[in-house]
Amino acid sequence: MSKPSDLVQGTLDMLILKILALEPLNGWAVSQRLKQISSDVLQVSDGSLYPALHKLEQEGWISAEWKSSGNNRRAKFYSLTRLGRKQLEKEAANWNRLSAAISGIVKLKEA
Amino acid sequence: MSFERWFYTLPLRLRSLFGREQVDRELKDELGDHLELQIQENLARGMSAEAARYSALRALGGVTQIEEQCRDTRGVNMFENLLQDLRYGVRQLRRSPGFSALAILCLTLGIGPNAAVFSWVEGILFRPYPAVSHQERLLALAGTARDQSEAQGISWPDLLDLQRNCTLFDTFFVSKITGSTLSIGDRAEVTTGSIVSANYFDAIGVHPILGRGFAPGEDVGRNAHPVTVISYQLWQRRFKGDPQIIGKTQRLDNVLHTIVGVTPEGFYGTFVGWAMNFWVPASMEETFEAGGYKLEDRGARWIEAYARLKPGVTRKQAQEEISAVAARLEADYPATNRGRGIKLWPLWQTPFNDAGTLLPTLEIMLAVVAFVLLIACANVGNLLLVRSFARRHEMGIRLAIGAGPGRLLKQLLAEGLILSAFGAAGGLLIAHWCRHALVLLLPARSGIAMHLPGEIDWRVLTLSGGICLIATLIVGLVPAFQTRNIDLAGTLKAESSSVVGVRERTWIRSSLVVLQVSLSFLLLVGATLLMQSLQKIRTTSPGFTTTGVVQTGVSVVAAGYDEPRAKTFQDELIDRVSSLPGVQSAAFARVTPLDYTAYSSTPIAVDGYQAPPGEQPTVDYNQVGPAYFATLGIPLISGREFTRADDENAPLVAMVNQTMTARYWRGQNPVGQRLQVKGRWVQVVGVVADSKYESMRETPKPFFYVPLRQDFEIGPALNIRTTQPLQTIAAAVRQEVHALDENLALYETITLQEQVDRSTSPQLVAVTLVAILGGLALLLAGIGLYGVMSYTVAQSNRELGLRMALGAGASNLFRLVISRGLALTAGGVLFGAAVGLAVTRLLGALLYNVSPRDPLAFGSALAVTTTTAIAACLLPAWRATRTDPSRVLRD
Repeated sequence: MSKPSDLVQGTLDMLILKILALEPLNGWAVSQRLKQISSDVLQVSDGSLYPALHKLEQEGWISAEWKSSGNNRRAKFYSLTRLGRKQLEKEAANWNRLSAAISGIVKLKEA
Repeated sequence: MSFERWFYTLPLRLRSLFGREQVDRELKDELGDHLELQIQENLARGMSAEAARYSALRALGGVTQIEEQCRDTRGVNMFENLLQDLRYGVRQLRRSPGFSALAILCLTLGIGPNAAVFSWVEGILFRPYPAVSHQERLLALAGTARDQSEAQGISWPDLLDLQRNCTLFDTFFVSKITGSTLSIGDRAEVTTGSIVSANYFDAIGVHPILGRGFAPGEDVGRNAHPVTVISYQLWQRRFKGDPQIIGKTQRLDNVLHTIVGVTPEGFYGTFVGWAMNFWVPASMEETFEAGGYKLEDRGARWIEAYARLKPGVTRKQAQEEISAVAARLEADYPATNRGRGIKLWPLWQTPFNDAGTLLPTLEIMLAVVAFVLLIACANVGNLLLVRSFARRHEMGIRLAIGAGPGRLLKQLLAEGLILSAFGAAGGLLIAHWCRHALVLLLPARSGIAMHLPGEIDWRVLTLSGGICLIATLIVGLVPAFQTRNIDLAGTLKAESSSVVGVRERTWIRSSLVVLQVSLSFLLLVGATLLMQSLQKIRTTSPGFTTTGVVQTGVSVVAAGYDEPRAKTFQDELIDRVSSLPGVQSAAFARVTPLDYTAYSSTPIAVDGYQAPPGEQPTVDYNQVGPAYFATLGIPLISGREFTRADDENAPLVAMVNQTMTARYWRGQNPVGQRLQVKGRWVQVVGVVADSKYESMRETPKPFFYVPLRQDFEIGPALNIRTTQPLQTIAAAVRQEVHALDENLALYETITLQEQVDRSTSPQLVAVTLVAILGGLALLLAGIGLYGVMSYTVAQSNRELGLRMALGAGASNLFRLVISRGLALTAGGVLFGAAVGLAVTRLLGALLYNVSPRDPLAFGSALAVTTTTAIAACLLPAWRATRTDPSRVLRD
C-alpha cells in the first residue's frame, strides 16, 4: 500500500508513459514490466499503480480501451495519446537534464 | 486548457460525473483482472493455490482504498459532496417547513427590493431604450452656456457642424420631444412624439415593421416633408392594426401628415419617462415648435440630441473633440456662439428627460435596499443560529465520526444557498411585479403615456445572483461561527441542549439584533427627513397662489396662426374668459412657473452696477400679459403692473423681482431706472415679490418680466383666477375658444397646485419608496427582536422558574424581559444615531429646508423604534410570566 516514497513524484508517471510508449498494455502487464525493466530496483506497489494510471487517463495522456486479452477475457488496455507522447518527451528531457546535473555534482572530486 | 486536451478529458469527466456506477464497476473489474493474472503468474511460479492468492492480495493492497484514491484523482468528489450537501440540506429544510418558510420569506423581502431597484436602474438609467442598439456607446448631447448651470439646447446648424467635423463618432441624431394634437377622423387627442433627424431610425437600429423610416434629406427644407412614423401602440389603438396603414394620413397639429412607417412593438422612443407615439422629421419642426423656422438659425437652441461613439473611444476623448469643434464655432460665429459649449452626458445623467430627475432617488434607493438586505440576512442568520444550536448534537456526532470542520461549513453554506436561492427566485418575482411601479408613484398627466419600466435582463439577473451569494455567505457563516468551537465531549454527553452555557451565543445574536435595530432606525430617520422635506416643499409658499388658479393653453401654433392673428385672438380670448361667471382675471404668460418649458434668458446691464471683471450677468425672464400678477397672486411691491397699453408701440418696460432689486440696485427702488435687455434699454415700472420659477427647491434668484406684446410668443400659456371648479372652467373656456375658432383645441387644464405637485413628484417617489422600505426594515427588525427574546425566554426557563420560586412576581419577570429587549434596542438606536449623524447628509439633494441632523426626525424614529421593540417583546414577556416554576424546576 505504501507510496513509492523513494521515487521522485512524477517519476512514476514518466515510467508508465515510457512503458506504454512501447506498446499498449493492461494494468497488470504494466506492473510486471515495471519490475522487469528496473530489475526490481524500483519497488512500485501494485496498489499505487492504479491511481497513477487513473490520473494519467484523466490528464488525457493515456487512453483506455476494453479489449479481449488472450484467454477469452476482456481487459482494460492503456495506450499513449499524442498529448501523452509530448508529455513523455518533456519529462524525459527534464529527467536527462536533472540526472546529468546531479551525476555531475556527484562525480565532483572531493578536495 | 488546449482543445486537444478537452477532446480527451471531457468525455471522461462527464462519464465520471454521470456514469459513476459504471466507472466504479469497471475499476473493480480491472482490479479483479489484476488479481486473477497475478494469481496465475504465482501459480506458474509453483506456489500453492492458497499462497498464490494470498501473495497477490498482499501485493495489491486494500481494494477500497485504491478505489477511493482513484475517485479522488477523478476530481469529482468535491462536486459529489456539494450535491450530497444540497440534497441533505433540502431534507433538513423540509423537516422544519415553518422555519424554512420564514427564512425564505425574510430573504425574499430582502432580495426582492434589491432586484427591483436594480431592474429600475437598468431599465431607466443604463438601458433606457430596450430596442435601441449599442446603448453602451450612446451619450446625450446638450448645450452649455458660460454663466448658466442648466443644460441648454443645441442649434440645428451647430449640430450639422459637429456631424461634419467629428471623427470619433458613429453617428449623431436628434430626438426632441413635442406634444401635438392628433386628429384622426373627428376624434382629436393630445399626444407626445419626437421631432427627429432623418437618420434617426437607422442610427438607433430600429426598423419599422411596416413601411420605412425617414429617407435622407427628409429633414431638410422648410415644411417640405409632411411624413410621420407612428408607434405600434398608436397603430393598434387608433387604427386597429390596419395592415393597409402606409400611405394613409393623419392630422398632427392640423397639418396633414402621411404615415410612412410603423415601429415595432416594445419601442417607445428615446425619452426616459414618456412613451412616444409618433415621429416627424425635423423639416416639419415649425408645425410643432413655437418660434418659427429654426433650421437655419444658429441662435435657436432647441434640439435635444444623442451621439454614439465609435467602439473603443472614451467619453473624455469624445468630449475633447466636441469641445474643440465648439470652440471653433465660438470663434467663427461670435454673435450667436460666444460663451457656448456642448457637453456629452452619460445616458443616466441625461439632462433633458426623467433620467436626471430620478437619478438621486435611485441612488438613495440602492443604499436603502442594501440596508434591507442586511437586516433580512441578519434575521435569517439568527434563525439559523437557533437551529444550529438545536443541531449541536447532530453536528457533534458528525465531527466525532470524522467530518472535518470544512465539511461542516460546506454543509451550512449549502443550506444557506438553498434558502437564498429560493429567496432570490421570490425576489425576482417581486421585481417582475414591481417593474412598472415607479409610474404609479408619479402623477398622471392627460395625453402623456408615462413609461418607466424596470428591465430584468442578464445583468440584473447576474447582480441578483451575486446578492444571493452574499446572502448565502452571511446566513451560512453566522451559524458556522458557532459550530467552530463545538466542545465534542460536552455536546455528546449532554442529552438536552438547554443546559449548555449561553454567553458567546447570546453575544452574536444580540449584536445581530443591535445591527438590525440600528439599520432600521437609520432608514426611519431617512424616511422622516424626506417626509419632512416633502412637507416643507409642499407647504412652502411658491410665491403665487396655487388654489383657485388654473392654467391651460390653446393650440394656435398648431393651427398655423401668424403673429397679428395670434395677437387679436389673445386679446379676444382674454376679454371673453374674463367676463365668464366666477372668473376674476385671466392672463397669458410664455411660461407658467414650474413648467417643463425653459425661460428665456438674457445678458443684462444696469446703470451704476459694476459687474465683477470677466463676468456677464445673465438673468432669466418671462413674457407676461396684463393682469398676470393679479391672476397668479404675486404681490406687487411698488410701481405698477403691465397694462394693455404696454404694447409693441409703447416704450419698452419691465418689472423686476425683489432679489434682482437687492442685487443690482442695492435695494434702492428701481422704478423709473433703466435695464438693458438683449441690448435694448427698457424702463423698470414695477417691483414684485420673489416667487418660485423652475423648482420649489430653488433659492430666491434675480428674475424679471417684460410685456408679452413687446417680446411676442404666439402660443403662450393661459392662466385664470376663478372660483369655479376645474371641470366647469375648462368646459367654459373650451366653449369660448371654439366660439372664436372651431379648429382650435384646448390643452390640458390643471390647477397650479397640480403644477406644483408634478414638479415635486421625484420627492414624492423618494419618500414613498423609503417609507415603504423603512416600514419593511422595521418589520424585519421587529421579527428579529421577537425571535431573540422568545428564544432567550425559552432558554432561561429554569432561571425564570427559580426567580419565581424565590418570590418574583409576574410583573417583575415581565419587566425583566421587556427591559432586556429595550437594552438591545437602545444599543441599536445609539449605534444607528451615531452612524446617522454622519451619513444622513448624503440625502442632501433630496432634502429641502431640513437639517440632516434634524432632532425631530431622530426623535420620531426613536419613538417608532421603541414602540416596535416593546411590541416585539410583549409576547415573549407574557410567556415569561406564564412560567410554571414547579414544572420547570422538576424537569
